[in-house]
Amino acid sequence: MTRWLGLGRMAMMPLVFLLGIWVATSGLLDQMAIYWDDITYLTRQHVFLVASSGGAAILAGVPVGIWLSRPSMERYAETVMQVFNIGTTIPTLAVIALSMTLLGIGFPPAFFGLFVASLLPIVRNTYAGLLAVPSHLKEAATGMGMTQRQVLMRVEIPNALYVIFSGIRTALAINVGTTPLAFLIGGGGLGELIFTGIDLMDTGMLLAGAIPTAALAVAVDFLMGQAQLRLIPKGVNPLR
Amino acid sequence: MIRLEDLTKRFKTPGADIVAADRVNMEVPTGEICILLGPSGCGKTTALKMINRLIPPTSGKIYINGEDTSQLDDIQLRRNIGYVIQQIGLFPNMTIEENICVVPRLLNWDIRKARQRAADLLDLVGLDPRQFLRRYPKELSGGQQQRVGVIRALAADPPVMLMDEPFGAIDPINREIIQDEFLKMQAELKKTIMFVSHDIDEAVKMGDKIAIFRAGRIEQYDTPDMILAHPANAFVADFVGADRTLKRLRLVTAEEVASAEVPVTARSTKVSDALHQLTVAKARRAVVIDSDRRPVGFVTAEEMAGASGTVRDFAHPLPATVPVRADLRAVVSEMFAHDTMWLACTDDHGRFAGVITQPDVTAALRATYGPDKGARPEQEAS
Repeated sequence: MTRWLGLGRMAMMPLVFLLGIWVATSGLLDQMAIYWDDITYLTRQHVFLVASSGGAAILAGVPVGIWLSRPSMERYAETVMQVFNIGTTIPTLAVIALSMTLLGIGFPPAFFGLFVASLLPIVRNTYAGLLAVPSHLKEAATGMGMTQRQVLMRVEIPNALYVIFSGIRTALAINVGTTPLAFLIGGGGLGELIFTGIDLMDTGMLLAGAIPTAALAVAVDFLMGQAQLRLIPKGVNPLR
Repeated sequence: MIRLEDLTKRFKTPGADIVAADRVNMEVPTGEICILLGPSGCGKTTALKMINRLIPPTSGKIYINGEDTSQLDDIQLRRNIGYVIQQIGLFPNMTIEENICVVPRLLNWDIRKARQRAADLLDLVGLDPRQFLRRYPKELSGGQQQRVGVIRALAADPPVMLMDEPFGAIDPINREIIQDEFLKMQAELKKTIMFVSHDIDEAVKMGDKIAIFRAGRIEQYDTPDMILAHPANAFVADFVGADRTLKRLRLVTAEEVASAEVPVTARSTKVSDALHQLTVAKARRAVVIDSDRRPVGFVTAEEMAGASGTVRDFAHPLPATVPVRADLRAVVSEMFAHDTMWLACTDDHGRFAGVITQPDVTAALRATYGPDKGARPEQEAS
């Protein structure tokens, strides 16, 4: 497995090199450079959208998932999860559009739309991850004299952490991918360069938006992967 | 000491109320192991879990060392009771050290004291602390995990332990080893232990007392020997098995049955002297020992009769020897394997410690039946 990965990486190197040569000779780089100021400003806006809506989704989604997994919620949790599952089937563009009808245009509807779109995987994985913690672990913890809160913090959450992290990773991937659409409802971000580039058939402008968006998505996923690898205790981390 | 008084548990189900424990009364003296034994669904686990209130009792009282536990809050009660479950339940997110330190930390022990305790306990079960403290449960074998499960329950030195089929998930060979280790530990620690099992052999081996459950009631509560020798009713007799007399073999060690008053002789002894010795002792054979008192062979009176020379010329090799600490089951097994009526026993240093015969074994088994024998209908005969 790792050997093939290594080979893949070696094959990537000349490919990236050739791509670089092509970009440099085609003059696209110069075209993109025209928009440098726009790129930096819009990237900042874009990152702020991702970070605020993603962060809010984590802060809200994890507690909701925990709350749904409590024994007292057992009777309602499945129903609530069904509602969340139906919510997941709504295309993100529709979510954005719906949020505009509610909140008008600008940052608030964009934030809200992205928040809703990334909330679902986090809640679902937190809930499923906590339910998947073997009941004998909870029994052992309770039998040893942990309070319910201690069982949750010391046993349930650490053992569900990998699944919860996977949910967050999925959510952020959706979030980063959907953020360009925020431009459509006046939320700004790199979507502005992409959509305007498409409308004007200006490849340089389009790429000036698309390449940083792609790079951002890769960077976020890489960071989440690293976090998942390093932050989760070794005993419950299948990656280690 | 653990005392249960009229302990009852009723579960309400849509159909009918289920009585999982019906007025259970029993007392486990301090330092003894009591086995709760019975088929699945008989209420033994319910009875156990009511003690640390994982299942709240419907009615009845539980006293631990004379103290009514209903006066204590759940959390304090549980922190002072060691708890071992069949699935072991080591927390995979914690290292072995952290796992062992769970209860000491809950009790706010000094961290250094807790760590020292973890290392000491690992030593106690023969796991090298330097090697194991930093490992995670998944890096241990099943047997090692179960050892850690047991010492984790011992970490805060609770006077009382509850064990729910603790060795149920281990392969038979390792189970025997861990049981032996545990008994050795218990001989020093003298905890008061309630132990759920469905395995009569384990119960006979581990228990000072056995309580046999059926449908939430105790059918019989007695020593293993009494339960095997005098089952209170057909259910108990059936549960302990038709070979219950053979199971009793495990309860007696060779030491208790062997007779040390057997003539011994050396290889170099003259035959005439040896014969004289046998006549005086009214015995038919003598065990030949070497200079370290190790049994090396035997001679019989018939073969030596009228002969001259030394014992060496008439000595037969011993088919086998058994350690005096061995239980009678091992002794009988050796006897059958070598088709012999008697065996020489050796002590811990391999020295001659006596002779055990098949009539000795049967006499030991018969002893408990006494005058009762014949009066009581034998279950397996019907």
